[in-house]
Amino acid sequence: MKTEKALRKGNEALAEGAIRAGVRFFAGYPITPQNEVPEYMSANLADNGGAFVQAESEVAAINMVYGAAATGTRSMTSSSSPGVSLKQEGITYLASADLPCLIVNVMRGGPGLGSISGAQGDYFQATRGGGNGDYHVIVLAPNSVEELGNFPKLAFDLAEKYRMPCMILADGILGQMMESMSFNFEPVDPNKLGKFDWAVDINKQGRGKSKVFSYKGDNLIADVTERAKRYGLIEKTEPRYEERNAEDCDILLVAYGLSSRACLEAVNMASSKGLKVGLFRPITLWPFPSKRLAELAKKTKGILVVEQSLGQLVQDVKLAVGDRVPVGLNAYPAGGQPDGEKILTAANSLLTGKKEGLFDLQEHAANFTYNCQRDTKLGVQGDAKGGK
Amino acid sequence: MTIIAQKPKSLTDIPMHYCPGCGHGIVHRLMGETFDELGIADRVIGIAPVGCAVFADDYFACDTVQGAHGRGPAIATGVKRSKPGAIVFSYQGDGDLASIGMAEIVHAAVRSENITVIFINNAIYGMTGGQMAPTTLVGQVATTAPKGRDPKLQGWPINMCEMLAQITGSKFLARVAVDCPQNVIKAKEAIKKAFENQVNNVGFSMVEVISQCPTNWHASVPQALEFVRTKMMPQYPLGIFKDEGGK
Amino acid sequence: MYQGIRIAGFGGQGVVSAGILLAQAGVEDKKNASWLPSYGPEMRGGTANCSVVVTDGEVYTPIVSAPDTVIVMNEPSLPKFEPLLKKGGLLILNSSLVNSRPTRKDITVVCVPCNEIAQKVGMDRIANLVALGAFVKTTGAVSLDSVADAMKKVYKRAKPEMLELNKKALQAGFDAVK
Repeated sequence: MKTEKALRKGNEALAEGAIRAGVRFFAGYPITPQNEVPEYMSANLADNGGAFVQAESEVAAINMVYGAAATGTRSMTSSSSPGVSLKQEGITYLASADLPCLIVNVMRGGPGLGSISGAQGDYFQATRGGGNGDYHVIVLAPNSVEELGNFPKLAFDLAEKYRMPCMILADGILGQMMESMSFNFEPVDPNKLGKFDWAVDINKQGRGKSKVFSYKGDNLIADVTERAKRYGLIEKTEPRYEERNAEDCDILLVAYGLSSRACLEAVNMASSKGLKVGLFRPITLWPFPSKRLAELAKKTKGILVVEQSLGQLVQDVKLAVGDRVPVGLNAYPAGGQPDGEKILTAANSLLTGKKEGLFDLQEHAANFTYNCQRDTKLGVQGDAKGGK
Repeated sequence: MTIIAQKPKSLTDIPMHYCPGCGHGIVHRLMGETFDELGIADRVIGIAPVGCAVFADDYFACDTVQGAHGRGPAIATGVKRSKPGAIVFSYQGDGDLASIGMAEIVHAAVRSENITVIFINNAIYGMTGGQMAPTTLVGQVATTAPKGRDPKLQGWPINMCEMLAQITGSKFLARVAVDCPQNVIKAKEAIKKAFENQVNNVGFSMVEVISQCPTNWHASVPQALEFVRTKMMPQYPLGIFKDEGGK
Repeated sequence: MYQGIRIAGFGGQGVVSAGILLAQAGVEDKKNASWLPSYGPEMRGGTANCSVVVTDGEVYTPIVSAPDTVIVMNEPSLPKFEPLLKKGGLLILNSSLVNSRPTRKDITVVCVPCNEIAQKVGMDRIANLVALGAFVKTTGAVSLDSVADAMKKVYKRAKPEMLELNKKALQAGFDAVK
């Protein structure tokens, strides 16, 4: 079932999509550019039989989700980059306690308070765990308001199937923009969802005790290695991606989220300029669709990674393709925005051995000297202690 | 043969790991008795903390969730809002509740979450080995206050009941001790009241239990009980600080 | 057809809602459309702008950094947005409030006294719709009927007489471009 196409703001489509996907608990804390999510939830979740809590902090919000998820309730939180940093404590506990939930990061520029511009600097944080210990979360990267609205359903289905947190990693601009979209799934009635045997609940009536816990003590090795089997299964069966002209191109662009849309512009512009450019868009960032990318690497002359960060996605691409083909980086860190023209310039450089548009850290730092030292001419630290 | 006393059904048969003379076991028993007597055993969901009571989830027969240090009230909020029919408690120590989890406990009270918090105050970090707690007394020696707590450097101990009493959303606040039978009886009454409140949807209830830690106080059990009476109680007077539970 | 549009002016001139209206009109025309506001601290201080894309194909990035059309509703927006225009682009200028004139020679300029026309229609506040009418006439990117239909969805709580007034302003802007 598909709803009629309607113009929706990304963050609102996400919130509505989550409600349609059966979410019944939301906790969050205000941060730009995702404020429409808690606002929408506060207005609509209670009417749908759910609970909304504006938490005292991101740390509290994710731990509220931990509690709600422990009951088997479809639960979620949303935030933006610095807020997601704070949530890492709860995320690693959720992973350890094998709890399904949805975490949304509508990314902004970083590090630190950074900026509120849309950015993609949290790729490592999302795909490498982010918190302490050996764990993963499934990471979905939408590139349209349509996907933003429909991914919550997919996220809950995957999270529950594998008993682990699932993250939607969205660009700030995706959250803020309006676009025509439709929901493509039957709304979930949470009252008709079955129960989990692992969840805590009331009315035990003779069933065994349920225990949700993240302290594993002597069982930790067994616990972590058991979970790794699930991770292996996920890497085998769940990678998702989209391709455009990917099998027949001289340069294959690799990009996710909003950057991939600028790449589409480049793909279309290229054909009018007699260039053959294709696009490979990972939809799951973890599991990364390495296998398919490695196949495509054999069919192209070069791979250009377009990311709004300073060389994060490119590492997964290099891991996937090895030395099969040259890999270049066209980077737009800290809120910079790619467009078709700039991408094609970089693509052309990669094809012809030029440098324009290609980022290389060592070249960037060539002839660069740096010297930061304490200076006693400015005074000495003891001055500040006062006294005689 | 008539049984006149037995272990509460709401506790499991797993032997507790607490040190000799520790107050945790007594409080667990009082809670178990309360669940049995109120007939709520089937509805209780407990939040176990980080700290000495990290294994509390083994000792209570109810369903349990064990979470991050200080976050018990947030986790309890998530459980309670998802399962409004559940009787939810958060069991926390002093470092957990009054230091790293200060925001969570204060805001659970601000929202008047209909949960019950059992707060064990023994003025020391137990599991990590005797570091200074937010409730450590002035002059009390801890591994991170080797010369004794000095207010000039480490400030003064914090009185949680008195502080939370300022918050409109807190509905029942009591401080009790488990140093002697008379006080244990009073502790039981307070704990029972705090859970009855939740059954009656009164709102946020907390019982602070002044407890003894002979191990990290480097004291014999009688010395530890003496410390509770002569040092702890002057700083942390026992009593009911707020009771808006009706009846 | 791929139209990237920036609309800029003072907060309160309705530039943000004119953008939503335009995107919604695109949807009514069965085209693809996107809208993106400026947000955060950028919003403070009185100026506002938004990006709109209307296209028969896919919307690429919703950030319109090189617009096909710029609608300038106030003086400070002219120096800010004129340079962004694509070569051969269209600049619709609210000549009621903008005294300066564009310096570029490689663009088309259409001057419309939006506020004066709006006042004649009956309300100064709907100068944004006059500008939109002028945009429809000049570009044909969306139809006038679609904008009128879009109003019902975007201004959900507007009274019927207000919607009528809006339509008149739209038409007046349309007619003002010869």
